[in-house]
Amino acid sequence: MDTGYMAWMIVATAFVLMMTTPALALFYGGMTRSKSVLNMMMMSYVSMAVVGIVFVLWGWSEGWGGDGVGNGNGKLIANPFTMWGLDGVSQINFIFVLFQLTFAVITAALISGAIADRVKLSSWIVFITLWVTLCYFPIAHNVWGGGWFYSKFPNLDYAGGTVVHINAGIAGGILALVIGKRIGFMKEPMKPHNLTLTMIGAGLLWTGWYGFNVGSMVFTDDTIKNWGDFQTQMAGEMGTTFMNTTIATMAAMLGWLLMERILHGKATSLGAASGVVAGLVAITPACGAVDLNGAIIVGALAGILCAMAVNLKYKLKLDDSLDVVGVHLVGGIVGCLLIGLVGTDTSPQGVDGFFPAGTNGLFYGGNATLLGHQAMGVLFTVVWTGVLTTLVALAIKYTIGWRVTADEELEGIDFAEHGETAYDLDGRSGGVVGSTSVLHSHKATEGASA
Amino acid sequence: MKLITAVIKPHKWEDVREALETFGVTGMTVSEVSGYGRQKGHTEVYRGAEYDIALVPKVRIEIVTEDDDAEDVVGIIVKTAQTGRIGDGKVWVSGIETVVRVRTGDRDEAAI
Repeated sequence: MDTGYMAWMIVATAFVLMMTTPALALFYGGMTRSKSVLNMMMMSYVSMAVVGIVFVLWGWSEGWGGDGVGNGNGKLIANPFTMWGLDGVSQINFIFVLFQLTFAVITAALISGAIADRVKLSSWIVFITLWVTLCYFPIAHNVWGGGWFYSKFPNLDYAGGTVVHINAGIAGGILALVIGKRIGFMKEPMKPHNLTLTMIGAGLLWTGWYGFNVGSMVFTDDTIKNWGDFQTQMAGEMGTTFMNTTIATMAAMLGWLLMERILHGKATSLGAASGVVAGLVAITPACGAVDLNGAIIVGALAGILCAMAVNLKYKLKLDDSLDVVGVHLVGGIVGCLLIGLVGTDTSPQGVDGFFPAGTNGLFYGGNATLLGHQAMGVLFTVVWTGVLTTLVALAIKYTIGWRVTADEELEGIDFAEHGETAYDLDGRSGGVVGSTSVLHSHKATEGASA
Repeated sequence: MKLITAVIKPHKWEDVREALETFGVTGMTVSEVSGYGRQKGHTEVYRGAEYDIALVPKVRIEIVTEDDDAEDVVGIIVKTAQTGRIGDGKVWVSGIETVVRVRTGDRDEAAI
């Protein structure tokens, strides 16, 4: 194995870890109200810990079912127990296990944005454990791990349009529906409390996404054996995915801002941050399958369509609080389907033979076969995760329950769930704005130094 | 004319505002305050240490009304802000000698 490649994969893995903590935590945390920032950030942080441990215990076995990427078994579900605790995985492959681990972590964390401000931390931990087991690992197995779906409908999903974004998007929508609206939704504005955090988060997500996309290169067995082929693929493919990821994101930001200007009269910073994420989401499945023109089209359309989609929640009265459906489900579908139109067999994935035999994007002289396979990938993910997420969400609703009490939600979930407030401006846990510290001096009965 | 001052639980303020607006109250002054009554604050535990927190966050609403409306407004505030648990707050009414609208110089009832 090439040492340069291995070094890059360690860096790429660390980049994707950064996408969850702190990038997504900041991106989401800034969008909540000031009384629920810490809870929002905690949902990302605990996803890291919980999903990470689940992943090495049975996730890798259930998703990939073999030592190394791509040694699947053509079945719908892989056995979670055959490689329990990474049994039989060689140490050099730990890098690839960890790389995939970071994807599972962020997918679970992405869902949290749909249910901000109102969910018990304990219920969230139970949910993500069940969800990655029933939805994430099976979809990853079917799309990436050589499972049943890919053997029937070989679709293109370079870095996770179906597995990560459509998966998280549909799950978020269903949770928002089952758990219900925040108290005051559509009565109070519920504006983001700190958009500087959101802008920092979006920028860090963009940086981290280079690990996500550019690290998602797959080599065939033949390529790995031939040093020259290996070098050629690595050089060509990394350049293309790096370039496409960058340019599509830029186009998406402009697309979102333009749409916002037309629809609502102003280009907002939240729009720029959301546009960046929408573009990254849409180019995720497509970054190895399109050329530069394709990347601009994918990005611009994602920005425009997602900017329109985030308004739907008010029409549907669905409190998808931080637009997980509008950005990740819609952006993921846009990216996956556009491969069927602007995918080209001159792209790295085309050259490497990952395009289903004889297929090409419709705009590049192909027929509808590729588009059909892409649509099947979307459908498979939406149906599988849609059904199973509904069952898990309802099971939790009628057993341990999802929500904190109404009083706790109104007074702020940060204090109710964690005993803390993000902005303790008066030196006292409570956050009464504008009061002096003299008023709020308190005496500690014991252990004041703690 | 009367000045009605109400100190209520923060999360009840939006309900109270809506109820008062439905009744016809056209304006009010609202501030975030802190204080305590008979319940004398509460204790909080953070990282294993216990603290006595004397002051509890509240919202204070101040409304100037005509004499005839005062009792209705008080009734609405009490009804809407009540949870039945300690810390629901207080409402009091005091007399006012003169009110002047700054923009026009209108006085008393015309200025409310």
